[in-house]
Order: sequence, then C-alpha cells, then structure tokens
Amino acid sequence: MAPKEILKIENLTTYFYTWAGVVKAVDGVSLDVKEGETLGLVGESGSGKSVTALSILRIVPRPGKIIGGKIIYKGENLLDKTENEMQQIRGKEIAYISQDPATSLNPVFTIADQLTEVIRRHQDVTKEEALKKATELFRLVEIADPEIKIWNYPHQLSGGMKQRIAIARALSCQPSLLLADEPTTNLDVTIQAQILELMKNLKKKLGMSMILITHDMGVVAGVADRINVMYAGRVCEVASTRTIFRNPLHPYTRALLEAVPNVAMKREKLKIIPGAIPNLISPPSGCRFHPRCDFAVAECASAVPPLVEIEPEHYVACIRAKEFMKNSGK
Amino acid sequence: MHPSQRIHEKLGEVKAVSAEMILEVKNLIKHYPLTSRGVFLKKDVGVVHAVDGVSFSVRKGETFGLVGESGCGKTSTARAILYLDPPTSGEIYFEGQEISKVFKSKNQQEILKLRRKMQYVFQNPYASLDPRMTVADIIMEPFVIHKHVPKEKWSDRLYELLELVGLEDYHAERYPHEFSGGQRQRICIARALAVEPRLLIADEPVASLDVSVRAQILNLLQELQQKFGIAYLYISHDLSTVRHICHKVAVMYLGKFVEIAETSELFNSPLHPYTQALLSAIPVPDPENKRSRIVLPGEVPSPINPPAGCRFHPRCIYAKEYRCMENVPELADVGNGHLVACNKVSK
Repeated sequence: MAPKEILKIENLTTYFYTWAGVVKAVDGVSLDVKEGETLGLVGESGSGKSVTALSILRIVPRPGKIIGGKIIYKGENLLDKTENEMQQIRGKEIAYISQDPATSLNPVFTIADQLTEVIRRHQDVTKEEALKKATELFRLVEIADPEIKIWNYPHQLSGGMKQRIAIARALSCQPSLLLADEPTTNLDVTIQAQILELMKNLKKKLGMSMILITHDMGVVAGVADRINVMYAGRVCEVASTRTIFRNPLHPYTRALLEAVPNVAMKREKLKIIPGAIPNLISPPSGCRFHPRCDFAVAECASAVPPLVEIEPEHYVACIRAKEFMKNSGK
Repeated sequence: MHPSQRIHEKLGEVKAVSAEMILEVKNLIKHYPLTSRGVFLKKDVGVVHAVDGVSFSVRKGETFGLVGESGCGKTSTARAILYLDPPTSGEIYFEGQEISKVFKSKNQQEILKLRRKMQYVFQNPYASLDPRMTVADIIMEPFVIHKHVPKEKWSDRLYELLELVGLEDYHAERYPHEFSGGQRQRICIARALAVEPRLLIADEPVASLDVSVRAQILNLLQELQQKFGIAYLYISHDLSTVRHICHKVAVMYLGKFVEIAETSELFNSPLHPYTQALLSAIPVPDPENKRSRIVLPGEVPSPINPPAGCRFHPRCIYAKEYRCMENVPELADVGNGHLVACNKVSK
C-alpha cells in the first residue's frame, strides 16, 4: 500500500500584482508529499519554487496573493483556515528553513531568546524548561558547548553554525513537515556536506516529511526520494529520484542535467540551454519551455501540456513525452 | 577576417598551451592589519594571515584553477597579483617583468601598459557594472583610459566585442539593470577583453548564475581561450566547474597551498587529506553514486591565529599519527609535477 499523503497541493496559483503587470509566479502547481518522504523541488531561480513554499505557509509577501487552488495538509485545506489557526500550524506543524540563515535570525536577540520564543509560543512550558529544551536541540544539531553558545548573538557565529541553529529552531516543536528552501546554498562544500548529513539523520530520527528546494542537482540526488522539476511557475516532471536521473523525459529536465558540470565526468563542452528564463508577466503561450526547447513542434506554442502519468509514478508535462519514452528503448 | 581575430591580431595565434610562463608568483604573502580605533590613534591588534607564502606559475593559454573554501585567501591572492591590494612581500613576475617594481616606480605609462595585459572579471556582475553607464560606455571606457584604439574605430570595436561575447548590437544603448545575470557577466567579459589582455583573472565568474546560464558562460570562456590563447586564473569554490575548465589546479587552505597538480591527476588521485575531503563533499548529480563521503569535523579556523604546524591538523584524521601540530609540511613533488604539502605523504 502506498504511504499516506501528508500534503497535497492542487492547482495552486499565486500571482504578484506589481506596477509593471501581474507576475504569474506560480501558475497551477499540483504536487503531493507522502509521509516520511523527502520531495525535491528543483528549478532555476524564478521558477516558483520558493513562492510555492511560502504559499503553503500562507506567508507570501505583498503584492503577492494566492489566487486559487487547494493546499490540503492532513486532510484540511490550509487556504480555508483563519489567520489564528495558521499561526498554530506555522512552526508547530510545518516549519520553514530559509535560504539565508544570517538574515533569518534576529541580530539583537541572543540565540536562547529566539529558540525559547518558538518553544513557548507552541508549548505550555516555563522559561527554564524551554531553555533546557533549547540546549537539547543544540545537541541534536551537533553544536559543541551548547551551554555557552546559546547565549551568543547571531553575529558571533559562523554561517554553518547559524544554519544549524535555524534547523534547530525549525525542529523545536517536532513539525510533521519541514520546508527547507535552499538550506545549503550559501555554505561551503565541506559545511554543506555536514548540514546535508545532519538533515538526513534528523529526518530519519524524527520521522518527518520534507520538501527540499534547491537548484543543485547534486544535492537532490543525494537527499530526495522523489523529484519535482519546475519551470516558469509550472511543474514539468515528477518522478522518483532514480527515474529523473536515469530516464528524464521532459526536454527541460534533460537539458538541466546536461548543463551541470560533473566532477565524476571528463572534460568536454557543456550543453547549453539557449536563451534565458522567460519573463513571468507575459510568459510564452502553450508550453512555457517551447521557445528554448530543441524538440518543440508547432503545437507546443498553442496548447498547455497537462501533467500526464506516462509510466507508473512518472508524470511529464510534454506533448511529445510518449515519443521520447519509445526512443529511450522501452 | 573574423572580427574577433582582428581584435587580437597583435597577440598572434596561440592555439595550444605553450611552455612559456606568463605569470610567476614566488612566495607571495599578504597580511592585513587588524586595527582597533582608539580615541586618537589606530592601534594594531593583530594580523590576518590571508595569504601566507604561495608560489605558482601560469603558462600562456592555460587555465589555472585556484580552489578553496571561503576565507582561504583565493581572492586576496588575485588582488595582490593585480596590485589592487599591494602584497606584503613576495615576487610576482608577469612575462618576466617584476610587477611590484613597475607599480612602485609610479610611472603611469608603464602601469597602464601592465594593467592592459591583466584583467579581472569579478564575482558579482550586479555590483561590478556602473548602473548609470550604458553598455556602450562601459565597454568603451577602457578605450578612453588606455587610448590603444583610435577614436574613429571605437564603435566598430564595440560591436565586435558585443558579438564576441554573444550580445546583440541593440544591447549597446541599454543600461545594466535591463540585463539578466548571465548577460551582465558577458558585459564584464567584453569589458575585460576590450584591452586585449593576456591574463584574465576570473573570480568565481559563475557563482551567482543559474545552472543553465552557468554552462553558457563557461563555454564562452573556453571559446575565447581557444581563439586568443588568453591565460586564465580561475578562482572558484565549485570543484565541478574547476574540473570542467582548468588545466591545472591548486588547492588552498588557510592562506597556503596544500596541493597542486594537473586537473585529471588531482581529481583522480588526490593525495592531501583536505583535497580528498573536499572532493568527496561535492554532491554528485547521480543518485546511485554512493561514494563514501568524508565529512570534515569543525570549521575553517580563523586566519588571525592560524594553527601551528600543518594548518589543517585540527580537522585531519592523520594529525596525531604524524605529529602535524609540530611539523610544518612543505610542498614537495611526488612526480608528474604533482605537489603536496602533507607530512603523511612525504613520509
């Protein structure tokens, strides 16, 4: 039996109403996260990964607005909740780790203040108990000397340490779902390896689900169970990590994989995706990737390709996916 | 004749990597003083050992990679070479000429001549272009400064350069904010090429770009090298792009080189424990590649008080065995021009 879905997004649409026009940042995104699973959300900047995450928590900044769709979390639609109910969910049920740990911590409060604030907001404990819990969290994220470090201010800590604290704060109320938005982008490779290892272990230990947002194909390959490839506000391919890397069917997924230089590979010319990411105020008609696609046909410009299950558990939004499937030798 | 060839006709055709050295750095040291501001006087309270005795050489038409984590001194090395921050000590030879002598002589003519041969592409294309200048102004500014192109040929050169980096003619009248990150980096490259340099220092040129655009810029750099035989000093923390573009790589840790080797040699048989850990830490875009990952404990120590002995010893698993807290390892050749500074390897 397939594991239960903890989160199901249907046709989510989030637009930003700017003076220059309506930016269609997320335009009909559907995805689901199963219990205990890590879903990788992959795409370039401007593909709508972060806005999807912010929409789940309903913290899309102005002038952004969720226009339509459903976000079903544990059977309830988050878009029907009141602001008060959402506050009970944020941090407690669904936690968020932002891209830049340096700016997500408040510079004028100690780490102890910031951690106990979250704990006391959601749990009925005294200050002393909260502090004890915070110290335990420090041990969980493997920070040395927690009793001393907890009284530090953010500027006294390194980038890797700050990201560990951001993770500790996110985990403080044992959330069921963790949204990690490029958690290692600003870190050095050796620190990135530490943090990824830590997140993997914690996920196993606490049994939560995770959405990992990243543009680094290397990072998702090592961490995610399933991958959701996004382009210009839409999902273009969903499959298990293995399938995405072994048998990618959407031309964008293929191009993305071929554009990444690989340390395990020899020196040759990188494949280029011609052009740039489209402007989302007036995105291309039909399939949004068609102006950059090597395989585009006339029909691509007129019809929006639906996300179709091409083989079990492998969804592709491309009208020529079936052809590619045959050519790949199956 | 192709316009790009005309630009570099003076350089001649340099197709392959030649044996001739273009840049030689000997025992370069760059220390930054740490000061605390008193009531009247600034007081020195310490020294940041940003670069502590590095030596290397770059051949004509070669791409030399400088790899390391943030704060290890990569950018300080590059800035010292260009005399943007004069080095504390050490010798830098460019085409056989001691550059600090030229800069110290204060002979503007000579300095300009030298600057023309060495150019810099900065990490952040958003900050390194003047927002109030059009692309044409930006690319033609070197002509104003160096006066190496007669005025009537300025616009011809401008369009040649734009074509060379893959931009269109109509882009010339636009301002930097109208461009994407990748296009801005192209403008930066065009500006650097405007003076026909022989050495281009590229400081993390693709770090702030998206993956698909990254490939475009890397390919452009390779094409330009093949056309003109420009040598690159390529600085990066991203080992996968380094493997892709560099002929030779030096790995830096806390201001010192720990390993230098040909790219394939370094990636296939890294000898220094730090290089090994660094290579194993790179996430490989392949879910079935289950390499044993070496996770280094701790973080890079502060360059204000670098550890005694081997600077890597607090994070190294072999440190106890080879008494690395006392013995300072020297860079030693282990064959094939593969240099390593490690007590374990040299024993």
